[in-house]
Order: sequence, then structure tokens, then C-alpha cells
Amino acid sequence: MNFELTLERQMMQDSLRRFLSDRYTTQMRNGILDSDAGFSADIWAQLADLGILGALFAEEQGGYGGAGFDIAVVFEELGRAGVVEPLLDSAILGGGLISALGSADQQKLVEQVIEGSLHLAFAHGEPASRYDLQHVETTASQQGDAVTLNGCKAVVVNAEAAGYLITSAREFGAPRDEAGISLFLVPKDAPGLSMRGYPLLAGGRAAEVALDKVTLPVTARLGGAGAGYPVIAERAAAASVALAAETLGAMETATALTRDYLQTRQQFGRPIGSFQALQHRMADLLIELTQARSAVINAAGHLSAAPRLRDLHISAARNLVARVGRLVAEESIQLHGGIAMTQDYALAHIAKRIVMAEHRFGDADYHLETFIDLTA
Amino acid sequence: MDLNYSVEEQAFRAELRLFLAEKLPPEMADAVREGRGLGKEDYERWHAILNQRGWLAPNWPREFGGCEWSAVQRHIFEEECARAHAPRIVPFGLSMLAPVLQKFGSKAQQDHYLPRILSGQDWWCQGYSEPGAGSDLASLKTKALRDGDHYVVNGQKTWTTLGQHANWIFCLVRTDPTVKQQAGISFLLIDMDTPGIEVRPIILLDGSAEVNEVWFSDVRVPVENLVGVENKGWTYAKYLLTHERTNIAGVGFSQAGLAAVKRLARSQQHRGRPLIENPHFAARVARVEIDLMAMSTTNLRIVSAAAKGQAPGVESSMLKVKGTLIRQEINDLARRAAGVYAMPFASEAVLGSNEAPIGPDGTAAVAAQYFNNRKLSIFGGSNEIQRNIIAKVKLGGER
Ligand SMILES: Cc1cc2nc3c(=O)[nH]c(=O)nc-3n(C[C@H](O)[C@H](O)[C@H](O)COP(=O)(O)OP(=O)(O)OC[C@H]3O[C@@H](n4cnc5c(N)ncnc54)[C@H](O)[C@@H]3O)c2cc1C
Ligand SMILES: Cc1cc2nc3c(=O)[nH]c(=O)nc-3n(C[C@H](O)[C@H](O)[C@H](O)COP(=O)(O)OP(=O)(O)OC[C@H]3O[C@@H](n4cnc5c(N)ncnc54)[C@H](O)[C@@H]3O)c2cc1C
Repeated sequence: MNFELTLERQMMQDSLRRFLSDRYTTQMRNGILDSDAGFSADIWAQLADLGILGALFAEEQGGYGGAGFDIAVVFEELGRAGVVEPLLDSAILGGGLISALGSADQQKLVEQVIEGSLHLAFAHGEPASRYDLQHVETTASQQGDAVTLNGCKAVVVNAEAAGYLITSAREFGAPRDEAGISLFLVPKDAPGLSMRGYPLLAGGRAAEVALDKVTLPVTARLGGAGAGYPVIAERAAAASVALAAETLGAMETATALTRDYLQTRQQFGRPIGSFQALQHRMADLLIELTQARSAVINAAGHLSAAPRLRDLHISAARNLVARVGRLVAEESIQLHGGIAMTQDYALAHIAKRIVMAEHRFGDADYHLETFIDLTA
Repeated sequence: MDLNYSVEEQAFRAELRLFLAEKLPPEMADAVREGRGLGKEDYERWHAILNQRGWLAPNWPREFGGCEWSAVQRHIFEEECARAHAPRIVPFGLSMLAPVLQKFGSKAQQDHYLPRILSGQDWWCQGYSEPGAGSDLASLKTKALRDGDHYVVNGQKTWTTLGQHANWIFCLVRTDPTVKQQAGISFLLIDMDTPGIEVRPIILLDGSAEVNEVWFSDVRVPVENLVGVENKGWTYAKYLLTHERTNIAGVGFSQAGLAAVKRLARSQQHRGRPLIENPHFAARVARVEIDLMAMSTTNLRIVSAAAKGQAPGVESSMLKVKGTLIRQEINDLARRAAGVYAMPFASEAVLGSNEAPIGPDGTAAVAAQYFNNRKLSIFGGSNEIQRNIIAKVKLGGER
């Protein structure tokens, strides 16, 4: 076994960390959070120039990475800096789905994603689906060369910025069947598509998307009719690796800020870090953080394993990281006292990133149940 | 022992329910239920409604216009108000300052300030904490120097809750820098309209603007605004804090919060079934409900003992720690119940507007509330400070 990063990944980590620590300051980020777009086009372009988007795709997809550890390395750094730019949505989800399923023509969009000129969103979840990937009520009906979509999509992250919404819809079967789900490339301005956009608590934006007789040519379908589920599950697994790694990075920042604060904040004539009650809690956070890192490594290392084994490790990691995440976020705030509750202090945003990551692709309970199902 | 409510107590509850059904404005109850921020006028309106009925001051003695309710009555009142989604009663004047004035204030102060608290004429805020004096409150630096028949106050307070609405602030100030920290502090009442006071908002992590910094430069305060004896302020401050902590158990809020979690979990689907039927979620809800049932009785036991004249000491610290942990756990459950719909940002501005919130009923504010209520274990003497108090008393044999 070898737990060292490859030289290439090490270099990518270093350059990304350097770039973000120089450019992605708390002040900069707070400006981005307040902006109407919810992300910075400038930062986006520079991340693309640095090759960060390319690192999320395999060579045959036009990138130079794409494996679980590439995703983990990138997202850990994004999490460390509290980055809100939609790499998950444009690259891991949108770009990943197209490169897995798309025709040669459709694949050209991936190049645009990698060079930073195209945004994507994954319009999959629905008001009643919660975290269930196979729960799709939106319908697609084909007539001749045209397909018509009808339904609603919930909390579609990055929808407003996206050129295309990769939209799931059911061509046959019952709402909770795995078979029957297709994916379509829906241009953002397709007639019949409407959206209500809003900011997210932890940064970035999303929209409620309504599809009212959105009619597309059949060539807008990605892959075969009704065969989308396995790829959706695979990309959700990749997204889970990304989210777990991002949360790990954010937890690193939260504990580092807390450790520094314990050493500097004076009360009762001494640093609060001299109180054993707080020292032990800091020690517990560090123990849990070490565990979280191992869980992320397990998940990243099994991303390309067979679905059952992959999902077992993914759910284990998401459950553990969600539990540790809540602990780290809450304890970091508590050990800081009032100051951590203020919007301007870096920890406030980091803590929100940590906790709110649990709400994408399954919370602690959801992954606990998946794990039980797979191990029972 | 008898765990049943007496006939009188049941009648009291019925009377309260009737009152709340008739007098609590429905739009106000909706706002509270949905976690929308309330404005100054809302608080004032509810305050006036309660005052008119004579139910504003459950803990005050009759001689000052209070209800002098028993511990059980107060508990019922708290429960029913929370159940009906009544706004919280802003505590600074009514349940923090008033007990201090009643015990330590001059007759003139009692006659002047207490009726104004009841009538709502004055909105008080609490000027204890400073940037360098949080848990270590006694290290506060805001100075008040005697100059003829005035004190001249200089310094900065922080975390002043709802200070933007207040016209008066009760402050701890240093009147003697030469003695042991606790011995040089005085308790001063300051009119916020006095020249030299500046209030600056602090935005919290959920976007709310409920706390402030308050700056004092050469603020002249008449000496008759001193409560009790100069340099004895620490005694009064500690007396006030035990009152602050007893109210912090928040059993009523937890009960209302738990009911909301269950409502939400009944309406949300999880793997094709109502979330409330999910064993993991249900187990978590049950666990906190069991804690809350015991907490409710703990609260009654402690408050009844206090009413019989036994000072609430370490017990109020226990109430604070356990009560806040329970409330925070309920907030966490609400956040999880909302699923992906916890993600939208529901700012005070958005929630106050006419626009329909994003997501199903009851989900809009849950994540913001979860983050906002991290404050519960920090303020009013942090939970660590409460544990220190409990340990010191129980290990050190002090009382
Ligand atoms: C089953 C068993 C097998 C053992 N086998 C061996 C053996 O083979 N050879 C051998 O030499 N010893 C052995 N030990 C002894 C073992 O190493 C001691 O029990 C251990 O070092 C703790 O000492 P103590 O039991 O005296 O507890 P104490 O040192 O009295 O501690 C009591 C409690 O106080 C806590 N505490 C103490 N100091 C601090 C501090 N500074 N800060 C915070 N908390 C503190 C401890 O963590 C503990 O919770 C064994 C013990 C057990 C129970
Ligand atoms: C939303 C909000 C509203 C507030 N409203 C008011 C108000 O209206 N008026 C007012 O005067 N104040 C108010 N406060 C201030 C509040 O009382 C303080 O935040 C609190 O006393 C803690 O102080 P601190 O934030 O400076 O934390 P610190 O004292 O710096 O504490 C930081 C951490 O160290 C821990 N710690 C400190 N000392 C010890 C010790 N000896 N042993 C173990 N752990 C320790 C604390 O528990 C905490 O976890 C409010 C605070 C908040 C967050």
C-alpha cells in the first residue's frame, strides 16, 4: 500500500492551494456571496486556466485526471478555501454525464466545460424525491423525432448560469423504478422551461425548474432510452466523493481556525486553550478529522469499483463525514464563542459549507440506511 | 407527589387557550410558526396585548403589578404561548432588569421604571459583554468616572441583542479600576438617546441583524441612574444572570419545535414513505422527545424549589445546559427533515416579504434557525461556564 499522492496530484494540490490562499480571501469570498451571480466569472476562468476543470476528466474525455483521487484532491482544496464556484455541477455532474453517455457531437460540450466557457447543471431531484436517485416523476414522451418533457425539478444548483440543464425524465416505468429514466440535454432557453432562482444558504445559487411541454429533438437524449440510471448513480457517487473531500478540507480549515483561536483568545487572564475542558474537545476533533480523512480515501479509492462495493464505501464515507462534519462545525463555533456567529468571520461560511454539504446526495441517515442495505 | 394538574391548573390552561385563540393575531402566529423575523412593532403589539390582560409579568410580585404566578402556572403559560406560536416576550426589561430593580433599586427607580417596562414605553437591552470580556465578564473595561452629579461613560459593549430597538440599556461599568476586578463594577441605567452613544449592527451567520455593538464616548449619565451601591454591581449582575438562565431552559420553545419537526416529517417523503415512519429519523425524534419530557419535569422541580425560597444556584446552570442542547438537537432534526429544501437561503428580508418561500411549508427557515440557535449554548454564560459552575459546586463542596 502507498498513501502518498502521485507527483502530478501533489503538484496540482500545491498550485491550487497557493492560488486559493492568495486569491480566495474571506473578503473576496464575501463579495462573491453577495453578488447576484453567486460566483465569480473571473475566478472561474482562472481555475480553468490552472487546469483544475481538466483534472476532473479522464484523458479520453479531454482532461488529464478524472479518477477518485483527482476529484478528492481538487475538492479538498476547494473546501479548505470555502470555494462556492460550481465545479461539482458543471464538471463532475454535467460534464461527467455528457462524457459518459454523449454522442461524439455532444462530447464537444465537454471541451467547453474544461476550458471554462460553458456551465452546466444537473436537473434531477424533484420535490418528492428527497435523496432517492431513482425517484423520477418528470416524464418524457417521444413522438417521431421529438421528445416532450413535463415535470418539476427541485433545487437545481447552478441552473441560471448553465447553458444546458442535463435533465432526467422517465420514458417508462413507475416513479421509483430504476429502469426507464433517460437524460436529456435541455438548452436553458428551451421554450416551456421556466425557473425561479434563489441564493443558497452556504453560497451559490439554485433554481426551481418547471418543464411545461418542453419539446426537443431526440438527438438531445444522452445515451439510450430509459438507460440513464447506472450512470446517474455513478456520477452521484463521484459527487459524493467530491462532497466528502470538500467537507474534509473545510473541516481542516475549521479546526485550524479553532486551534489558533484557542491559542490567542484571552479570558480569565490566559489563553482559553489552557483550559483542559477545551483541550480535550480539540483533541477529539483532531481524532475525528483523522478518521474522516481515511473515510474519504476509502471512498475515492473505490470510485471505479463495482457498483455495490463502490456504494458501500461511498455511503460509509458520507455517513462518517456527515457525523464528523456536524461535530466539527458545532464545536468550532462553540469554542470560538460569539465571534464565530458573525457573518464576517471566516468560520461562519466554512461551518455552513460543512453542514449544508449533507443536504446534497444524501444525509447521514440516508447513507446509513444504504450502508445497512449493502452490508446486511 | 402528584404529577397531575389540579382542577385549578386545568382551568387556568383552558382560560389561557381561550385568550390566545381570541387575542393572538393570526398573522403574528403564522410568522412565528414559519420562523419569519418579527419587527419591533410585532413585539410591541404582543407586549401590549398581554399587558392589557395583566399577564405580562408572571414572575413579578403583585405589589409591582405582576401576576405572581406559581411555578406550575408559569410553566403552563410558557407551554400554551409556545403552542399557539405567540412571539417571545423580550426579556431584557421584564425578566432581567425588573427583578434587579425590585430587589436592589431605589423606591424612586422602582416607581419610575417598572410601570414603563409594563406599558412598553421603554425597551431595554443588556450591556454586559465587551470584546475582551465575554466569559470573563468581570474583566470588563467600560469606564464610568464620577464628575459632579454625573458619571462619564467611555467604552464599548458588544453582542447587544435587539439594541437597535432599545431606548434604554442597563450596563456594567467599571467605577473603580484600583481594586479586585469584581469589586470595582457598578450597575448603571443609560438612556440610549444620550449624546455620545452609537449603535452599530453585527450581521450574524444566518444573515440576521439581531445583535449590535454599542459605543460610548463621554456619555453623561446622572448619578441617580446608579442601581444600588457604587462598586457593588457584580452582586446585582450575578443575581440577574440566574434569572436569565432560568428562562433559558425554553421548554415551551422545544415543545413547539418538536411539534413542528413532526409536522414536517409527516409531510416529507423518504424512500417512498412518510419520513416520520423512517426508523432512524423516528428514533432520533423519540430520543429528544424523551429528553424533553424529563426536562419539562426537571424545569418544574427546579422552578418550584426556587419559588419556595431555595435559591436557584447550580440547578439553573443544569437547566441552561440541558435545555439548550435539547433545543439545538430539535433544530438539527428540522434541518434534516427538510432534505434538499434546507438549502435555499431564507434571509430575514426574503421571509418578511410577500414572496412565497421556496420549498414545502415549514422548510424555509429551518437551516437559518439551526445556525442562529448555535447562540443558545454560547450566550447567557456559555455551556462550558455553566459546567464549570456545576463542577465547582459539586466537586468543591461549595454552595
Ligand atoms: C485491565 C488493566 C490492565 C492493566 N495492565 C497493566 C500492566 O500490565 N502493567 C502495568 O504496569 N499497568 C497496567 N495497568 C495499569 C494502567 O496503566 C493504569 O490503570 C493507568 O495508567 C491509569 O492509572 P490509574 O488506574 O491509577 O488511574 P488514575 O491515573 O488514577 O486516573 C483516574 C482517572 O483520572 C484521569 N486522569 C488522570 N490524570 C489526568 C490528567 N492529567 N488529565 C486528565 N485526566 C486525568 C484518568 O484518565 C482516569 O480517567 C492496567 C490497568 C487495567 C485496568
Ligand atoms: C447571539 C448573541 C446574543 C448575545 N446577546 C447579548 C446581550 O444582549 N448582552 C450581552 O451583554 N451579551 C450578549 N451576548 C454575549 C454572550 O454573553 C457572550 O458571547 C458569552 O458570554 C461568551 O463570551 P464570548 O463570546 O466572548 O466567548 P469567550 O468567552 O471568548 O469563550 C470562547 C470559548 O471558550 C470557552 N471558555 C471561556 N472560558 C472558559 C473556561 N474558564 N473554561 C472552559 N471554557 C471556557 C467558552 O465557553 C467558549 O466556548 C450575546 C452573544 C451572542 C452570540
